[in-house]
Amino acid sequence: MLSRVAERLYWFGRYMERTENIARLIAVYSNLLLDLPKSAFIWDSLVKITGFESEFEDRFAAASERNVVKFLFDDPSCSLRATTRQARENARTTRDLMPNEVWEKMNELHYLLAADVSKCINRNRRHTFLSEIIDLCLELNGYLNGSMSRKSPYYFLKLGRNIERADMTTRVIDVACLNLIGLTKIQEAQDNILWMGVLQSLNAHQMYRQQVQDRINDVDVVDFLLKDEHFPRSVGYCISDVTRSIKHLPNNTLALRAARRVKRITTKVSTDVLLDSEQLHASIDDIQEKLSAVHSSLLQSWFRTS
Amino acid sequence: MDLKDYRLSDGLYDELVTQSGRGRIGFGELSKFLRKSDAASLNQKKAAAELAIKTLGISFTVYSDGENIDRQWPFDIIPRLIQEAEWRRIESGLKQRLKALNCFITDVYNGRNIIKDGIVPGDIIQSSKDYRPECEGMRPKFDVWAHICGTDLIRDADGTVYVLEDNLRVPSGVSYMLENRNISKRIMPELIERHGVLPMDDYPSQLFDTLCSISPRAIKSPEVVLLTPGTFNSAYFEHAFLAQRMGVELVEGADLMVDSDDFVYMKTVEGPAKVDVIYRRIDDQFLDPEVFRADSMLGVPGLMRAWRAGHVAIANAPGVGVADDKVVYTYVPAMIRYYLSEEPILPNVPSYLCSDPDQRQFVLENLRDLVVKPANESGGYGMYIGPRETEKFTGKMRKQIVKNPRNYMAQPIISLSTVPTWIDDKLDPRHVDLRPFILQGKHNYVTAGGLTRVALVKGSLVVNSSQGGGSKDTWIVRTNVAEATARVV
Repeated sequence: MLSRVAERLYWFGRYMERTENIARLIAVYSNLLLDLPKSAFIWDSLVKITGFESEFEDRFAAASERNVVKFLFDDPSCSLRATTRQARENARTTRDLMPNEVWEKMNELHYLLAADVSKCINRNRRHTFLSEIIDLCLELNGYLNGSMSRKSPYYFLKLGRNIERADMTTRVIDVACLNLIGLTKIQEAQDNILWMGVLQSLNAHQMYRQQVQDRINDVDVVDFLLKDEHFPRSVGYCISDVTRSIKHLPNNTLALRAARRVKRITTKVSTDVLLDSEQLHASIDDIQEKLSAVHSSLLQSWFRTS
Repeated sequence: MDLKDYRLSDGLYDELVTQSGRGRIGFGELSKFLRKSDAASLNQKKAAAELAIKTLGISFTVYSDGENIDRQWPFDIIPRLIQEAEWRRIESGLKQRLKALNCFITDVYNGRNIIKDGIVPGDIIQSSKDYRPECEGMRPKFDVWAHICGTDLIRDADGTVYVLEDNLRVPSGVSYMLENRNISKRIMPELIERHGVLPMDDYPSQLFDTLCSISPRAIKSPEVVLLTPGTFNSAYFEHAFLAQRMGVELVEGADLMVDSDDFVYMKTVEGPAKVDVIYRRIDDQFLDPEVFRADSMLGVPGLMRAWRAGHVAIANAPGVGVADDKVVYTYVPAMIRYYLSEEPILPNVPSYLCSDPDQRQFVLENLRDLVVKPANESGGYGMYIGPRETEKFTGKMRKQIVKNPRNYMAQPIISLSTVPTWIDDKLDPRHVDLRPFILQGKHNYVTAGGLTRVALVKGSLVVNSSQGGGSKDTWIVRTNVAEATARVV
C-alpha cells in the first residue's frame, strides 16, 4: 500500500477518534455542571484538555460555558467541525480502501456539523445533538470493524485510533490532577463527583465499577485508566493494541521498540507516584513524550521513508 | 402532466415530443409515465434524487479561499432517451473516429505521410500548441495513443447528430454518467425495466482491461495506477471513483519516482513497487518537470525517460493533444477516408478554417451568424458567439482573425436539441449535448450512452456544470417493435 495512503488512514483514525472524544467530553461536562458549585472550573478544564488554550484566549475573554462550547464546536484548531473536516479530507483520498458506508456516514457527519452552532449551545438540544455525533462515529467504526479485511490499511487506521485514544486519556488524567493541585479546598463529595466525571468522559464508569469494588477514589481511577489491560480506553490497553497492530506491518523494528518503551514506563508508575499530583503530572508528561516518539517512528518506518 | 402543455421551442428538435405534441415512437413508456405523474410525485422523485446525491457524496469540487468546496452534483430526474438502433450507428461512428485519430497521431510522430500526400497541411502540425517533439519516433503498443476519448455530440434542428469535438487530453465526466444511472435506478426502477435500458456499469472493468492490455510487461496482473493532481482538482471525485471501481492505486506525483534504471516505482509501506501502466489525469505540461514545466509539483521527474524507454505505458500517451485541436478537428473526415478507406459515419459540424483565404473571407463577411473558436482551448474558453456579442468585441475578433488565422475556426450556430426537464413544477424544454466515452487498447469499446449535459437556464446553450449546467441520465432503449408497429397501423 502507498505510504501516503497509509499516513492518511492513520490520520483519519486519529481525527475520527478525536471527534468522538470531544463530543463525549462536552456531553459529560454539561452533565457534571449540574452537580458542581456554580464557580467551578470545569469549562476551563475542557479547553486545557484540548491543549489549545492560546487559540481560545485569542478569541474569547472568559471560559464561560457558552464560549467553550462555541470554541469546541467551530474553532479551526480543535473543534468538532475542524476534526471532522480533517477526517473527511483524509477519507476523501482513502475512501477506496474503506467500506462505502464509511464515506456515506462521513458525509452525514459533515452535514450534521454544518448546522447552526445554536444546536450545540442550547442546553436543551445539546444532548441530542452530541448523541447524534457520537452515534455516527460509532456506526462508522462499526463498518470499519465489521467489514474491513485485517490487512495493512486496517492496521494503520487502528494505530491512529489507539494512539489518539491513549493521548486523550493521558490528557484527561493530567487536567484532573492539575485541578486538584489548585483546589485543595474542594470537598470530598465534589472530589468524588469529579473523578466520576473523569471516568464518564472516557466511558469508563461501568467497567471501572466491575473492576474496582471500593468507592471511587483518585488512586484507583488513575491506576485503572493508566494500566488496566482490559479496558479499551486505558493507556495500557491502547498501547498493547498499538503493539499488536505494528506486528502485522512490514519493517516494524523501530516502531515496535518505540511502543514497548511506552508500555514499560506506563507499567512502572507506582502507587507513590499516583498519590502525589505533581509526580503524577511529571510521569504523564513522560508518557506523552514517549507516545509522540511512537508517532515519529511511524513516520520514519512507513509514511516518510526516503 | 399533459404533454400537450409542454411548450416546445419553435424550430428546435425535441428528443421526446414531436412538433405535433405527441411522444416519439419507442419512448412510449416514458411519455405514459409523465402523463400519469403529477407535480407532487415528480417533486418526490426529485427530493429522493437529491438525498441520494447527498448521501452518496456525489460532488464536484470548487477550490476557493484555500478550501475545497463541494458542490452537489446537479441532476435532472427526467432521463434523455435514444433508440438502440440509432445508437448502434453512432457507436460505430465513434469507434471509427478514434481509430482514425490514433492512426493520425502515429503518423504525425512517425513519417507524416498524410502531410506528404497533401491531405493535411504541414503548418497545422508545426504550429499546434500541443505538438510534442519529445514524442517523435515513438510507437506505443497497438499504435494507440488516445486510449480514452470523450466525444461531444449534438443534435441539430433536423435531428442530425454531429460531432462537436473530440476530447483526447484528459476527458472527464464518466463517473457522473455512472452515478446518474445509480440515481435513476433508485428513483425510477420500474421505468428502466420497462424500457429495457442498456446497462453501462461495465465501464470501469472495460477501462481496466484496456489499461492492462497496454502494459509493457507481459504479466498476469500488471500494476496499474491512476495519477491525479490531488484533492484540489475539480475532477478529484472522478479520479477516486474510478480508482476504486478498478481496484487500482490512486497516486499523486509525489508517490511515484523514476529510479536510475529508468523504471517507475511507487512508494509503498513495503518499499518501492514497479508500475506498469499510468492512467494519468494531469496535462502533458505537468507530467515531467525534467522535460516540460520545471515548476510542476504534480508530475514525476524522469517519467518521459521511462516512457520513451518503453518501461511504462501512459494513457493517454503524451503528445495526443496534437489531435485535440479545433483546426485539426476539421480534417477528421479526411483522415477517416485516408487511413481507413471508409466513409465517415458521423458528420462534423460544418467548419470554416480561417487559415484558408476563401474560407476566411466568408467568416469575416458573416461573423455575426457564426461561432468562432480558438484552436486549442477547451471548456468553452475564448469562444465568440456572433449574434450575442457587442460591436466592439466583434471588431476585435475580426482583427485577431486577420492577424492570426491559424488560431481560429468558425462554425454555423447549431440549434441544440431539447429534452423535457423538471423545472419549477413543470416540464420545460432545455438544451442538451451528449458525451459518450470511447476506449481503445487491444480492443475497443463505447459506453452505452454517455453523459447528457443540460443547460438549466432557459434558452441557454451553456451546459458546463461550473456555469449552471446540469446533467441527465441517458437511456439507450431497446427498440420496441410492438409499439412501432401499432403506430404505423
